[in-house]
Amino acid sequence: MKTKILRILEKNSQISTSEIAKMIGEPEASVVKAIAEMEADKVICGYGAIINWDKVTDEKVNAIIEVKVVPQRGSGFDRIANRIAKYDEVSSVYLMSGGNYDFFVEIQSKSMREVSEFVFNKLSALDSIQSTATHFVLKKYKDNGVILEDEKVDHREMLEI
Amino acid sequence: MRDFINDKLKTIKPSGIRKFFDIANKIPDCVSLGVGEPDFDTPWHITEEGIYSLEKGYTFYTSNQGMPELRDEIATWNKRKYDLNYTRDEIIVTCGGSEAIDIALRATTNPGDEVIILQPCYVCYEPDVILANGVAKIINLQEKNQFRLTPEELEAAITPKTKTLIMNFPNNPTGGIMEREDLEAIAEVIKKHDLLVISDEIYSELTYSSKHVSIGSLPGMKERTIIVNGFSKAYSMTGWRLGYVMGPEAIMNQMKKIHQFVIMCAATPSQYAGIEALKHGDEDIEKMKEEYDNRRHYLLAEFERLGLPCFEPKGAFYIFPNISKYGMTSEEFATDLLQKEHVVVVPGTAFGECGEGFVRISYAYSLDSLKEAIKRIEKYLKENF
Repeated sequence: MKTKILRILEKNSQISTSEIAKMIGEPEASVVKAIAEMEADKVICGYGAIINWDKVTDEKVNAIIEVKVVPQRGSGFDRIANRIAKYDEVSSVYLMSGGNYDFFVEIQSKSMREVSEFVFNKLSALDSIQSTATHFVLKKYKDNGVILEDEKVDHREMLEI
Repeated sequence: MRDFINDKLKTIKPSGIRKFFDIANKIPDCVSLGVGEPDFDTPWHITEEGIYSLEKGYTFYTSNQGMPELRDEIATWNKRKYDLNYTRDEIIVTCGGSEAIDIALRATTNPGDEVIILQPCYVCYEPDVILANGVAKIINLQEKNQFRLTPEELEAAITPKTKTLIMNFPNNPTGGIMEREDLEAIAEVIKKHDLLVISDEIYSELTYSSKHVSIGSLPGMKERTIIVNGFSKAYSMTGWRLGYVMGPEAIMNQMKKIHQFVIMCAATPSQYAGIEALKHGDEDIEKMKEEYDNRRHYLLAEFERLGLPCFEPKGAFYIFPNISKYGMTSEEFATDLLQKEHVVVVPGTAFGECGEGFVRISYAYSLDSLKEAIKRIEKYLKENF
């Protein structure tokens, strides 16, 4: 039941618990309980909206930074990763396999200048950072499984048996 | 001037819902629950194989019977899914399931042969029987039996002229299914009376409580069963027009002649896409099925709340609520709902006279559309009854 609830919420976090209950054929109380448990266990870590900021403001810049670090004795990558994750402008941090870098860091910021200041003054200044490579996002086509410009038109006939 | 039209054709009535369609088309904010095809896009990896085949220049006819590789995949898939044992020589790839039904009937019906049809059902069987010079005999399936066929009903319909039984489970429009024990009971009657079965299993992948069982997989049935299936419903590929028919080789060899002289072969890009679907499409089906199942549960719960009686459909993507308590015919109800609240549902009578008292609601629509429709239906019922 939990996986079913998660798949529904992943697509639409605004859906009500009574609707979820109807969709999976379970009592609403069980759904409420399951969601509360998953929130407590941090299986569900938060609820947000998928926003195409390009339509709202010019003052949004997305960048991806490849970060190479020297793993630290005792804590490996975790300490430095948690450190990077603390910055508000960082929207995600992933430890990657293979390739020439360790962390894949996504940045959301107001301007290119802000991004470069972040990289120069904050990121590069951290201990154990070996090198960084910054890539600016030119245009987003698909975000979190949603095609951003996709207007879904029903091409089917209205009635057909 | 002479009347050039074929007499038999003149006896066939055009689809009764045309005028209904015309009204609906004039209402801009209509919410439709009237469509009998999936709302999902064809999974992209499948579409892409169709595109690649065009890019590679595979724009020629294939073998009449369909590409051998596709027929082999169809055989493997049916073995894996339903324990059916067919080889490529027992399979013809067709332009959708509808062609398969037509050629199956034409290949097996002599003038005057009686063909039993189970109503309410999809609209093509009766006209196809008439065009094949057969005589259609209708069994009216009962809501109290969850629209399953019982051996008693079948026995009662059989005459010395009966040759063929057309079955279509999971069913359009009721959403009813036949489980193994139901089929076993029917198979006994079929064997006893030496009948042929044409089993339209186009919704076979969309069952929600148990796995689909094909009547062709029961002991002693393969030799007297023609199975029709296809890609439209399982893989959301209606517009690709790709289906197939499987049956005893002797029948297939005859059927092949009709297919060859009328169609030549199914569209080549569709056949390439079909291979991809069968090989790598299991997960797509599971995803779509889960979504359909969510909607099915949602509608059943909402209808219960609204006091709209409805048996639980266990297959396809239709719900067939009973509206007889409102004292209107199906068509009156559907027309009134359309005109007052701009919701399209299909009157049950479109699927046979015994559909009177029911409407067909399709849940091949997004949850948002279903929610809006429920809101309007609720308002309609409150204000009018």
